[in-house]
Amino acid sequence: MTVSMRLKRGLAMLALLGMAVPALAETTVSDAWVRASVPHQQATGAFMILTASNDSKLVGVDSPIAKTVQIHEMTMNGDVMGMKQVSAVELPAGKPVALDPNGYHVMLMGLVRQVKEGEQVPLTLTLEDAKGERQTLEVQAPVRPLTAGADHDHSHMMH
Amino acid sequence: MPECPPVFRPTLPKGGTFPAKDGYMNDLMTRRTVVAGMGLLGLGLLAGCSPARGLEFKYGKNMSNEILGRSFKLKDTQGNVRTLSSYYGSMPMFFFGFTQCPAVCPTALARAAQIKKLMGRDAGFLQVVFITLDPERDTPEVLDAYVKAFDPSFTALTGTQEEIDAVAREFKVFHERIPAGDTYTISHSSTSYVYDSRGTLRLSLSHSLNAKECTEDLLTLMEIC
Repeated sequence: MTVSMRLKRGLAMLALLGMAVPALAETTVSDAWVRASVPHQQATGAFMILTASNDSKLVGVDSPIAKTVQIHEMTMNGDVMGMKQVSAVELPAGKPVALDPNGYHVMLMGLVRQVKEGEQVPLTLTLEDAKGERQTLEVQAPVRPLTAGADHDHSHMMH
Repeated sequence: MPECPPVFRPTLPKGGTFPAKDGYMNDLMTRRTVVAGMGLLGLGLLAGCSPARGLEFKYGKNMSNEILGRSFKLKDTQGNVRTLSSYYGSMPMFFFGFTQCPAVCPTALARAAQIKKLMGRDAGFLQVVFITLDPERDTPEVLDAYVKAFDPSFTALTGTQEEIDAVAREFKVFHERIPAGDTYTISHSSTSYVYDSRGTLRLSLSHSLNAKECTEDLLTLMEIC
């Protein structure tokens, strides 16, 4: 128990430094961030890049900052932005899958407080491998300004 | 009718004024003269803005022949009633969204903020107006803080859901509530609509255009109208 806690904390520290983190399920998460909110705003988005070593999927996300966390998919059909909830995101082996503002992303809904630029938001990802075995992965996602775009400058991030 | 410049005044008959019975003729001649005056002097005014002359936008769509959003009536975040005429004298750019929108709405607002920077001296002429599709969750306080995080000059409009639905219909903006667990999200059109300083719809800008492309078309619109 203590060992795994320490491991998780260590991983969180790595995530904090913006480095790719080898997860227990050999899924790495990089470039995680959460969009800042304004006071009383009820929801915001979380984004990251996930790479699984074996075929698996992201089946859930939790965070103490939100009452409800869902995975949504955004699609553009001509001029219309379509939004819907999805139950899982497929993570094919070795292929980086972006959870970004232009596709799949994590919605933190029912925010318990304002999310401010510069703080870290803890996220617990639940991953399921092809055998149906589940593992969790802790991520500390830094908060970027509300105005951050999808094409954020990654130059300061380590890859 | 605007004051006619002296040079275009019809020659008055001896005696100084037209007889009363020729009042119609006088009026007609004056009107003709005014139109002629406009034609000569006002190339950049009325004539330049006629859709027939063709506003040539490089990226956006010329909307001069479309009639959208003429009679909306909503409230700003201070509770003041706003209609299209509230924006006469500026170049308003309207678009629809909701603050819980993770991508399209912040991207559109960030693009608008960048457009203002690119417009330089002319930036003050552009008035960015965000209309919420989610008045239930977007309170005036949240809306105000949200748009002003992008640029302090940005404004937002809200109303009852019925009023918002009516305005969206008037702009032919599609929007639909999508159930998500025990809450909901919204799918919606992402186009921005730009009016000239007299409240005539001129330009629509697709979400896919970047700030530089939008700025080029907005400067074209400013130059001509």
